[in-house]
Formats: sequence, structure tokens, C-alpha cells
Amino acid sequence: MSDISFVRTEMLPQQEPPASSVGVIGWMRENLFSGWFNSVLSVVSGLFIFYVVGSILGWAWSPTWSATSLNECREIGAALGHEGHGACWGVIRDRWVQLIFGFYPPESYWRPILAFILLAVALAPVLFADKVSGKLIYLTAAYPFIMPFLLWGGTIWGPLAAAAGFAIGYFVYKAVDQAAGSLAAVIAAVVAALIWWLFLAGPVSGGLAGILPIGVEPVDSRNFGGMMLSITIGVVAIACSLPIGIVLALGRQSDLLIVKALCVGFIEFIRGVPLITLLFVASTLLNIFMPPGTNFDIIMRVIIMATLFSSAYMAEVIRGGLAALPKGQYEGADSLGLNYWQSQRLIIMPQALKISIPGIVSTFIGLFKDTTLVSVIGLLDPLGLSNAIRADADWNGVVWELYGFIALMFFVFCFSMSRYSMYLERKLRTDHR
Amino acid sequence: MSDLAVERAIDRSHMTVSDEVAIEISNMNKWYGSFHVLRDINLTVHKGERIVIAGPSGSGKSTMIRCINRLEEHQQGRIVVDGTELTSDLKNIDKIRSEVGMCFQHFNLFPHLTILENCTLAPIWVRKTPRKEAIETAMHFLEKVKIPEQADKYPGQLSGGQQQRVAIARSLCMKPRIMLFDEPTSALDPEMIKEVLDTMIELAEEGMTMLCVTHEMGFARQVANRVIFMDQGQIVEQNEPEEFFNNPQSERTKLFLSQILGH
Repeated sequence: MSDISFVRTEMLPQQEPPASSVGVIGWMRENLFSGWFNSVLSVVSGLFIFYVVGSILGWAWSPTWSATSLNECREIGAALGHEGHGACWGVIRDRWVQLIFGFYPPESYWRPILAFILLAVALAPVLFADKVSGKLIYLTAAYPFIMPFLLWGGTIWGPLAAAAGFAIGYFVYKAVDQAAGSLAAVIAAVVAALIWWLFLAGPVSGGLAGILPIGVEPVDSRNFGGMMLSITIGVVAIACSLPIGIVLALGRQSDLLIVKALCVGFIEFIRGVPLITLLFVASTLLNIFMPPGTNFDIIMRVIIMATLFSSAYMAEVIRGGLAALPKGQYEGADSLGLNYWQSQRLIIMPQALKISIPGIVSTFIGLFKDTTLVSVIGLLDPLGLSNAIRADADWNGVVWELYGFIALMFFVFCFSMSRYSMYLERKLRTDHR
Repeated sequence: MSDLAVERAIDRSHMTVSDEVAIEISNMNKWYGSFHVLRDINLTVHKGERIVIAGPSGSGKSTMIRCINRLEEHQQGRIVVDGTELTSDLKNIDKIRSEVGMCFQHFNLFPHLTILENCTLAPIWVRKTPRKEAIETAMHFLEKVKIPEQADKYPGQLSGGQQQRVAIARSLCMKPRIMLFDEPTSALDPEMIKEVLDTMIELAEEGMTMLCVTHEMGFARQVANRVIFMDQGQIVEQNEPEEFFNNPQSERTKLFLSQILGH
């Protein structure tokens, strides 16, 4: 008789796990007190967190909301017996509007507010495509023309003339496509649109404005500031850098030598240069290269530089996603007869972008925070404004409260982006059940 | 190797070979860098033929069938598929690819699309079939490979055998005239090989022109009307399956057969 012979006659039923490994006690045992060393660490860290949070709350709990100057804050603090240890919140009450709108004319505050409400509505069909009506996408398409009109004001014919360029390009494409094929049509459409924008849009919109002066009070870029400025630059640069990044990433993988060389050169140059350098180029050098007399808006220049900067990083993030795709996906698409653009759009990009979501959103967040760098070229973003506020004799010496408030505003936006990316990753996860 | 497929009797009534040429490869050569991977390949495939290509790994058999739909580029010689010569003309390549179905060792389903979307994608975008019609065709072929109930799942939720059957259905949705199989069962568990082979046998019974790189010698014996043995980038021997297995001529073939059938 052999020892290794064994036959199971009945299968075991499923049993409940032991009580000490489930519930609150089970969780604490597993996560906080799983051994004497971990228990000590848990207690020490608990005390440390208690101390830090206690100190911060002690500082922040300071009834100085109504103070009108730093001196008044100090008097309130002295009366309460903790001189020099309390926050001075009066500066936030006094200046929060400025931190949000900069020097934008107060009678026109409704315009940026409306612009950002519409922004949320226009983003909805992009961010939550399965939850909102598909018709909203028309608003999304129109938004790039609505936003500059609301923020900068002026005649309505300017944005309409810009939009007309796209319509002209579309019709030229349709007309040439039937006669001469799609590549010729694309080139003709781009040329026609460029001719319109460069030579015709200005006179036409000027003429129409003369006949039908519809518009709102123009606001100069120099009056933009605060979070409004950061959001404007951030949103436009984010929206533009993703498509440019995709094109650059595809170009870098291209078989066409010149396209590839151009893309690699662009990406490596931009990544090799600090953003501040590019911003200085935007604020000073660009004017030298422009024909004399042209006045290219400073915010537009900054947006272009920020877009180019982050699109180079975006391209590398997306290249990572492309590299992570198995070669079989390309072959599967090829073997079905899909052409290059179809397989990119339907097979490759949806997967590569999904893989790159964490990297893409990191780049977005980085870009949004980098908008504070515009203060070095004299634009009054929140950080620039905090210096301006401190220059006021009333608030000279306030540091933590302003920075804390600005940090909180940035945190809200960055954290939302981060949470959204996690939601999106979960939603798009199809590889496991 | 496994002889799982032999259990079933084959209906040969539609498995007729016509005189019409489906694929013609003449004097084809290919190099990877300086490595001569395919050497002077000459092969004529008639409509309705079922060809099994066998050979040791690295013998160029996958490379050869991948040349037929231009997943690999040949550098010398001619390949004519269904009357169209493969050149670097992209229009011809896309045309041939849409006429030639291909199944891969690792299925290459699109994991971000449902099974149904996998099957309707190419008909809708390449053939410009109306969506409704494409869905009907897809369901027809999913029923044929016996997994219509999985249509709304994602590839990651299916077993390997099911995925390979979806891959076959996906190719069939393009109504191809020729099917290429590149080791379709090599990545599967033994239990799942049979379900895929059964699907392929059914396809053969309907008269599909098939080129199949496989190590399933049972399948070759039963379904193929020609077995090609390749080694070192060359066609070493080809014959009808009976002759090929029972009376191999070249030493290399004898050695190969003794090794894969020897246990």
C-alpha cells in the first residue's frame, strides 16, 4: 500500500472567515497593529499628526475676519492673549475678489463668471459623455469663440470671423475632395482658411462692426489677473496641448524621416528649455520678430508658449502609452484593412490614451500650476497679486494667509483633475471583469 | 501532437478545389537586415485549397503568410492575391487586407471594444456597411462560432478559446475570400484547442481558401489537401497529407515528423 494515494470523497463547503480578521477589529489588526513594531509606529505617527493638526488649527482659529489691516489683527490677537500666533483672515475678506478677478472692471464681473459657468457646461459632454445630452457638444464646439468674446469683449464680429475661417475651410475641403482627392482637399482647406484669417477676417469683421456695432466693452489683457487669469491660460493651454501632443507623438513614430526629425527636434528643444525662458521670449523677444506695429496680445503669447511647452511633455507621455501597446494591436487593425488614420483613431489612440491617463493628467496639473510663472513677466496671477497686496501698507507682512488661500484655490482645481482621472480610469477599465 | 480534431467526421462535399488561382507567390525573397529569412518561395494556392504549413520555429512559415497581407514586406519577387499584385501602393494593400482574413496566435482582439464592436468595426469603417446590417452579420458569425451570448462582453472576460473564435468571427465579418491562420491554437490550453479547431474545420467544410500555420498534425491530416514543410526559409517539401505523413521524402522532413509525432 502506497502513502501517496489519496482520494477525496466529498468536496469541502465554503466557510466564514474567522471573526478576528473581519470588521473594524480585523481592519485595525491588519493595518495598524499587526506587530509590536508596527503598533509603536502607529502610536507615534498618531501623536505626530495630532500635534501638527492641533498647531495648525490653533493658528487658523483666529477671529480676525473683520480686521481691516494687519495692525488690527495684532490688536485682536493681543486682546485674546496669543500675540503673533494667530492668522489674520481680514486680508482674505478684503482682497478675495481681487485674487479671483485681478483688475478686471467690477461692472463686468458677470462676463468671466458666465464664461466659466459656460465652460463647465461645455466640458460636460467631453468629460461625462455618457451622462449628458449629446447635443451639448454644439456648445462645446462654439465655446472657443464664446470665451474670448466674453473675456476680452469688443465686437462680436471678431470671434464670428474667426469661426467663419473653419466654415470656409470645411466648404473648400468638401468642394476639392470630390474633384482632386482628400490630401489635396486638406491642403486647399488649410490654405483657404489661412488666407481668410490673415488677410480677410480683419477687414471683414471691421467693416461689419462699422455697420452693425454689436459688442461689449473691451477689456485690456493687462487688467486680467488672479485665478481668472490662471484658469484662462490653463484651460486653453490644456485643451490645445493634448491634440498637439498626440500629433507630435505620432510624428515621432512616423516612418517619414523629415516629419520625424521635426517632431523629435521640437520635443527635445522644448523639453530642454525652462518654461520661464519661453515666457521671457513671449513677453520680449517675440515683439522683435513681429513686423513693427503688430500688437500681439500678451496673454495670447503666454498661452501659445505654455501650450507648446506642455505639448512637448504630452507627446512623450503619449509615446509611452503607444509603446505600451502590444504590436498585435497594430497588426490586428492592419489585417482588417483599416487605413493608418482609422486604426490610429479607432484602435491605437483610445488604448494609448487610456494607458497614459495618469501621465496626461499629471502634465495638465503641472501646466495649471505653471501658470503662476507668468508673474515673472508682469502678469498678475494670484502669486503676482499677493505681492501687490503686500505692497499695500495695511497688509504689509501678511504671508501665510495669502499663500494658504491661493494654495487652497489651486488645490481644489488640481485635486478635481486628479479625482476625475481616477474616475475615468475606472470607467474605461475593460481588461478585467 | 494532439489529435483532438480527428474525432469528427468531415463533410467534404463543399471542399472542392477550383482551377482559379487565389494566391500566387513567385521567386519571393525577404531579408531581416542581412538575414535571409525567406528564400525563393514559389507557391500557387487555388481557390478552395486548405494548406497547412509546418516546420520548426524560425523556419519562416509565419513570415511567409504574413507577407501575403503585407504585415511583412517582401523585397524580391511577386505576390499576387486575388488578381491584385502586392506593391507599396497603399490602396492595393488595404484592398487585399480587406479581402484576406487573418487570425493570430494571440488573437489581437481590441480590448477596449466589446465583442460585437470588434466584429462590426471593420465592416462599418472599411466596407462602409450600414451599422444595422453590420450588427446582423456580426451576430450571424458569432452564432456560427457558438458565442452569440458573449456579444456585449469585453475580450478580457472571455477564455482564450472563446477569444480565438471571436477573432475568427471578426475576420469572417469582412467576408474574406482567403483566411490566414498564424498558429491559432499555440497560445491555448489543451481543453480549448478543440473548440477552435472545430470552428476551423467548419470553415473548411464551407470551401474557404485557408492557409494555416499550425503544429496540429491531426488537423492537417484531416482537413488539409496540401501540407507544406518549411525549413531555413525555404519550402522543403509539399505533398498531400497522406503521402506527407506516411511517406516523407526529405531527411529534414523525416526528422521533424519523428520529433513531433514521436511521443
